Amino acid sequence: MKELSLNILDITENSVKAGASLTEILIDEQADIITITIKDNGCGMSEEVVKKVTDPFYTTRTTRSVGLGIPLFKLAAEMTGGSFEISSREKALYPSSHGTVTKASFNKNHIDFTPLGDVASTLTTLIQGHPETDFYFSHKKGEGEVTLDTRELRAILGDEVSLGEYEVIKWIEGFLSEQYQSL
Amino acid sequence: MKSLAELQAIKDRMKDRVVLREGVDEKRVVVGMATCGIAAGARPVLNAFVQGVNEAGLASKVSVTQTGCIGICQYEPVVEIFEAGKEKVTYVKMTAEKAAKVIEEHLKNGKVVAEYTIANYKA
Repeated sequence: MKELSLNILDITENSVKAGASLTEILIDEQADIITITIKDNGCGMSEEVVKKVTDPFYTTRTTRSVGLGIPLFKLAAEMTGGSFEISSREKALYPSSHGTVTKASFNKNHIDFTPLGDVASTLTTLIQGHPETDFYFSHKKGEGEVTLDTRELRAILGDEVSLGEYEVIKWIEGFLSEQYQSL
Repeated sequence: MKSLAELQAIKDRMKDRVVLREGVDEKRVVVGMATCGIAAGARPVLNAFVQGVNEAGLASKVSVTQTGCIGICQYEPVVEIFEAGKEKVTYVKMTAEKAAKVIEEHLKNGKVVAEYTIANYKA
């Protein structure tokens, strides 16, 4: 992946597929370390499956037997001397607190650090493709923060207008880019 | 500054139009957005279709949606176009520039851009 924002898009697609009604995408930049956390309330995975997901030869898809999403994200973190962890609670065992948390830390100054890239584009792509699910986004950098909560937007738009409408997506794009200008 | 009041105005403007739109998609554009697609550059392709379709005034006739792995990862970014009563068209190795041509010729004028289809792809 050329940008970490593409890894974020890829991992969050898993959350949506796991039936999450809310996925939180949290980026925290403090000094040289950037931490990316993707936290969802989807169906979760059993302990057995969680152990296997970082293995490229494990996948849930049926079209072929290689799954690279999580291994690539892990690799991107570890290449910088960072760390990667994934934990999950499956719905069957935790009916009221299920979901998956994927967390990766990167050393920004490492020569192999992949740039974060266009995070706003990742968010609008997710919202356009999955207007029925909610996303909470926060990007903290030092004292500053960029945030977006689709639950707030949904409260304004009501049932009549989808979050995936082009004009809404354009508004979100502008909303994020204005916040990024002052981050 | 973008405000939530502005979003409210968008809602007020759109709510009547949205009702008219339901169930009339003549063509459906589907972009593969699994790991393979994303790594190959599907995000800008998808955005080019979303933007291009809307700016060409085709939004009432064409829907743009995302799907998982289509199974032909080596040809990603892959875009499939479905139209009732017609055979599915599969475009491979797409870019935002190619998307613009597909919107103009295929989506607007109904003429398949043969050179971008999987049948004409040469490695």
